[in-house]
Amino acid sequence: MDLNFSPEESAFREEVRRFVKDKLPAPIRHKVMNGVHLNRDEHVLWQRTLHRRGWGGPGWPKEFGGPGWTPTEQYIFEEECAAGGAPRLISFGLKMIAPVLMAFGNPAQQQRYLPKILSAEEWWCQGYSEPGAGSDLASVKTRAVRINSTEGDHYIVNGQKTWTTLGQYADWIFCLVRTDPEAKKQRGISFLLIDMKTPGVTVRPIITLDGAHEVNEVWLEEVKVPVENLIGEENKGWTYAKFLLGHERTNIAGIGIAKRELARLKRIAEAEGRLDDPLFAARVAQVEIDLMALEITNLRVLSAERAKKAPGPEASILKIKGTEIQQAISELMMQAVGAYALPFQQDDVGPDYATHLGAGYCNLRKLSIFGGSNEIQKNIISQMIMGL
Amino acid sequence: MNFDFSEDQRALADTVQRFIARDYSFEKRRAIRDSAAGWSRDVWQALADLGVLAVNVDEDYGGLGCGPQETGLVMSAFGAGLLLEPYLAAAVIAPALIRRVASADFQEQWLPNIATGESIVVLAHHDARNEPVTELTGNLTGRKAVVAHGGCADLLLVSAQTAQGNTGLFAVMPGTEGVSLRDYPTLDGQRAADLVLSNAPATRIDAGGAQDAIDAALDIGLAALCSEAVGIMEATVAATTDYLKTRQQFGQPIGRFQALQHRMADMLMHMEQARSMGYLAAMHCTNQDKTARQRTLSAAKVTIGQACRFIAQNAVQLHGGMGMTDELILSHWFKRLTAIEMTFGDTDMHLQRFARLSRIA
Repeated sequence: MDLNFSPEESAFREEVRRFVKDKLPAPIRHKVMNGVHLNRDEHVLWQRTLHRRGWGGPGWPKEFGGPGWTPTEQYIFEEECAAGGAPRLISFGLKMIAPVLMAFGNPAQQQRYLPKILSAEEWWCQGYSEPGAGSDLASVKTRAVRINSTEGDHYIVNGQKTWTTLGQYADWIFCLVRTDPEAKKQRGISFLLIDMKTPGVTVRPIITLDGAHEVNEVWLEEVKVPVENLIGEENKGWTYAKFLLGHERTNIAGIGIAKRELARLKRIAEAEGRLDDPLFAARVAQVEIDLMALEITNLRVLSAERAKKAPGPEASILKIKGTEIQQAISELMMQAVGAYALPFQQDDVGPDYATHLGAGYCNLRKLSIFGGSNEIQKNIISQMIMGL
Repeated sequence: MNFDFSEDQRALADTVQRFIARDYSFEKRRAIRDSAAGWSRDVWQALADLGVLAVNVDEDYGGLGCGPQETGLVMSAFGAGLLLEPYLAAAVIAPALIRRVASADFQEQWLPNIATGESIVVLAHHDARNEPVTELTGNLTGRKAVVAHGGCADLLLVSAQTAQGNTGLFAVMPGTEGVSLRDYPTLDGQRAADLVLSNAPATRIDAGGAQDAIDAALDIGLAALCSEAVGIMEATVAATTDYLKTRQQFGQPIGRFQALQHRMADMLMHMEQARSMGYLAAMHCTNQDKTARQRTLSAAKVTIGQACRFIAQNAVQLHGGMGMTDELILSHWFKRLTAIEMTFGDTDMHLQRFARLSRIA
């Protein structure tokens, strides 16, 4: 057992750190370091910067244009990007649909979609959740009917997707749709790629408690989708959906982001004199200790993944602990500034670092809900790991 | 980065696990616990014969010269078996301390005997409140509180405030005039003693630097204790999972109920975080940088102390009335986990120390 990074890994860390320091525009860094939402252009700019360096798809194998990094290298990359204040990678294209295309897409689909994900020419969003299908994902109702016609076979899609993160920026949406209403729940689902510009696709904002427009409703009314946009086989969509959910959970612990936010918490607490309060200092210490432990647990899971390849149910532990830690940090940051957490997004009131803390705390309540709620994760742990 | 144990390490762990399975059944342990001494010299000799007592003794003195990882593996296995014999005190802390502080002659005299099990040497460090042990003209006076396995020691290493105002380490022979040991059982079925010294003859064994050596040895002991805790938690979580799969209520195994499933998931997360910190503690416990070392060890003890409490309490809860009985090993794991949380500083103490050292670092 050796818990040290190899000299090669440490050199790689240094290389990533220098790259982020040199290439990340200061205004973007400043926004990220202060918990301000980024716009589409800022995300695209950073993705293109990474792509030019050959780092556009950190988890991608070389054959599809990725750097072919080990899980540990990916972890180091994400940690250094987060520490340097780089935007988090938009996962819907890079980490969700891309692995599905690589595993189950045909060569034509791979060539059509993958390069434009890397180059940020096309923005993807996720069409999984529906008003009636949240944690119980397999109960999707959005209906796709196959029409055979002389001008090419296609599907007609009707239904509604919701909680579509950054759907307002998206060029494409990957959707779970029901193609066989007679079959049992998981059996009649297919996996379709839909161009957001198709007539009948409507995006409506959902404003969240922090006042942000991050999520949307997507309405699909008589949307015509060519059959070439079907992934794999009809009615096998659940298999691909589960595969995707497995990949969604790589790097789910968010160690890099949590470390950056912990450092921010400590700066704010120090500036506010709160670390002289033993009770507050103990709360900060507790979250720092939890993060130290999670970092090792995360590295253990990565090391096991190297041997077994696919992320296992252990990722659920990382999801729960990682989100609890990030939420705890956001809560302590808000508390640290006392009453100045209350003025809502007012630049000219109170200390600069206080401006977005209240909204940030509100926003991060999402962490324990999305990506499989933490209660669902506990079901997975008790059933898949412990066999209950 | 690599989380695998070597072949030698796995063989060592196997040896101890086999010993526990074959020669240290719960019934046998119960008989030892209920004996007058509360520990077994035969068991001690058997461990010596297996070479386990030599793990932490340098090769120059007939030991195996292993490190904290090997100690951790041994301690984990002893944890599950709830060993009553003074392994941590006499085979981990004592040799680590002697190696760091004593003269070559003293090492030559005691370390080989520690490895062969002939001599049991125990550190008595924690002063009773208001009765600190002080040295005056070579003799010691004061009280050491709850000295783990102090009653079975052939030699006591006693820390004391010297006439010069620093900490010295002194060898004290039990049974000499002015040395009184009040030996008693502790909550977890192990033994401890209060050591009362009244102008007791003692031999100073350090040539300065006793405090640093004691801290270093206790930090190695703390990492070992963390591994013991992880071994017990693994056994406790496994036993509770099995119980939930077999115990029927309302026509089904109680493990089908989501409230209990989620409790088990919480226990597993505590255990995995504790295991991670056990590894980290083993890696850092010999770090020369004392601030960094103690900061990491405090973090480990907080994580593990909280896991000890959570897992112990919930394992009893999920076992219902059976969890309350002396009959099941579970309640004995519960008591040992409770004791570990309170040993070498409890969670609150380490949380505060971590916060303080984090601001220095």
